[in-house]
Amino acid sequence: MKRMLVPIAALLSAALASSAALAQKKYDQGASDKEILVGNINPYSGPASAYGTIGRTIAAYFKKVNEEGGVNGRQINMISYDDGYSPPKTVEMARKLVEQDKVLLIFQSLGTPPNSAIHKYMNAKKVPHLFVATGATKWNDPKTFPWTMGWQPNYQTEAKIYAQHILKEKPNAKIAVLYQNDDYGKDYLQGFKDGLGAKAKTMIVKEASYEVSDPTVDSQMAQLQASGADTFFNITIPKFAAQAIRRAWDSGWKPVHYLNNVSGSIGSTLKPAGLDKSVGLITTLYLKDQNDKAWANDPAVVEWTAFMKKYYPDGSLLATENFYGWNVAQTLVQVLKQSGNDLTRANVMKQAASLKGFVVPGLLPGIKINTSASDFAPIESVQLARFNGTDWVRFGEIMGK
Amino acid sequence: MKRLSLIGYGVLLLVACVLPFLVSEYRTFQFTLVLVYSIALLGLNILTGYNGQISLGHGAFYAIGAYVAAVLMDKAGFPYWATIPVAGAVCLLAGFLFGLPALRLEGLYLALATFALGVSLPQLLKYHHFEGWTGGVQGVVITKPDAPEFLAVLGLPLNQDQWLYFFTLAITVVMFLLAWNLLRGRLGRAMMAIRDNHVAAEAMGVNNAMVKSLTFGVSAMFTGVAGALGAIAIQFVAPDSFNIFVSLTFLIGIVIGGLASIPGAIYGALFIQFVPNIADEFSKAAPWAIFGLFLIGFTYLMPLGIAGAIRLGLARLTGKEHNSQPGKP
Repeated sequence: MKRMLVPIAALLSAALASSAALAQKKYDQGASDKEILVGNINPYSGPASAYGTIGRTIAAYFKKVNEEGGVNGRQINMISYDDGYSPPKTVEMARKLVEQDKVLLIFQSLGTPPNSAIHKYMNAKKVPHLFVATGATKWNDPKTFPWTMGWQPNYQTEAKIYAQHILKEKPNAKIAVLYQNDDYGKDYLQGFKDGLGAKAKTMIVKEASYEVSDPTVDSQMAQLQASGADTFFNITIPKFAAQAIRRAWDSGWKPVHYLNNVSGSIGSTLKPAGLDKSVGLITTLYLKDQNDKAWANDPAVVEWTAFMKKYYPDGSLLATENFYGWNVAQTLVQVLKQSGNDLTRANVMKQAASLKGFVVPGLLPGIKINTSASDFAPIESVQLARFNGTDWVRFGEIMGK
Repeated sequence: MKRLSLIGYGVLLLVACVLPFLVSEYRTFQFTLVLVYSIALLGLNILTGYNGQISLGHGAFYAIGAYVAAVLMDKAGFPYWATIPVAGAVCLLAGFLFGLPALRLEGLYLALATFALGVSLPQLLKYHHFEGWTGGVQGVVITKPDAPEFLAVLGLPLNQDQWLYFFTLAITVVMFLLAWNLLRGRLGRAMMAIRDNHVAAEAMGVNNAMVKSLTFGVSAMFTGVAGALGAIAIQFVAPDSFNIFVSLTFLIGIVIGGLASIPGAIYGALFIQFVPNIADEFSKAAPWAIFGLFLIGFTYLMPLGIAGAIRLGLARLTGKEHNSQPGKP
């Protein structure tokens, strides 16, 4: 029956000129009438295994989508492999997904080093490398790497927002910066300087860096304090952020303290530092905090909680990673929906780069996902928040693009 | 027996040559990694199996080899093939120098010293004064080599993965011949003599310290060559690629493959390449628990490693006692 329809359809389409071509189904490897095969690489073991739960949340979300009929009638099947946060393993797994399992795309591979390892490969193979789970700025480079795209606000975007805030609130600030001496720390510092523009040279009075292997940042903090700065930008991971917060308080230095979003967790940074010592810290947020009482009755959080209970009952309701995974998975589903019946890799990438004002429920009100052929940074706006001793309290407008 | 094993190796080589034409590119890439690991395991086996010194830090030499290749290609514009001997030479020297003081340590103490090397190297690679070359945590991305053009002219067009496989295979054969030659010669006998009884060896006129340092150097050289090949195959090096787990994996490889056995390196390489993937397919939640079960199973069923089990099996089949290969230390 189907075979007979094809020539008829062909005749009809010839008669109707090009309009029928739009309805034509087009597939690349990994897509068919029945399914869309998605690859994923996550650290289920190894030093970053705490993030492995993101992969499980995403799998649970696709299960929900499939039970509700899938995307345009197709089931999303995800194959997820463990790379243990080891770049050589990531390469192997990415090749397995692309060449052996023949997935349509790779989604949410996690970490800057693992993604760096497959960056070139994915682009050489022209396979969509979508919404990678890292905040590095380099994923937004559509000219050189037209097949790779990040998701969360990147470090430079965030740092620019602190710079804007300082320029507005305290144009004569004397700023001290503490940063981790690696690509992450330097990425932030670069964005911060770009944000301050020509005034960066005069406003930043002291920079100090530390190595991840350092036991403490006490000596760096002493140097920064001695510089006479009245504003402090803290680019550190939770362990060192907690030390710096405590040290700044204990030594009696009371600068306006900006803390990078990387260490924004109340549980892993502010509690160890001391909640009373953290009052007044400023950071940025882009997702709702599912643990914050203020959001307890928010439809997004209610929906997410119900989803977790039904599809991922083992998953922790306290873990931000699970909330994140639920949101990022919805972004991919949107891209696949938009792709319609043209499930070629080129079209998937085109649709990923044509998200206009798309809203994921977990984003803070006012933040929208926008991408274009020259803008591969989906979330580029955040809101500033100040710590009041128990919660982050958002203030001001949504900033960024 | 001699002829039989020669035929055996011939068949093995033939299979190895045909393999990339039968399997997918991805499998070819995996078998390239098997060859890479087999060279690294051979290096560690020379040290541990034949000389009785335990190293928990051979991942460090693997990393040095990888970084030498990557930096030479990325910064100095070396062709990929020229980096292999340099990586080997650098590791030979590094291993020898590390061996000199470390060899005053015996057994477990040496294991700890090498462990220190293995854990500290990834952090040293991040050191900011080297960053200009090493790229810090970002690592170095290198370009995958194409097959040389004359092959296509000769009517043998190979894709990148196949070419890299054959390139690695050629070096593997050279390294294995080198090891075989070394181990049955004067130095090899001295190594085993030290392993079996160092006092007796000394009394026989073996310069223990020198032989042990040299062994360390040679062993590091093999592992360094493997590291360079591995970097070219993976096209990327970063400190996170060379954590302490690499060193432990090598140790697992030689024990499972068979200590003091040259073919054992190949069996061990197959094990460390494929078993973790199999374990991952069994269980996403606890792949390493499954891996552990495999490990325990193998050590119980084949206490002399896979090579030992095969040797015993062959001996039973032919009804002869084979003692041509040195047994366990």
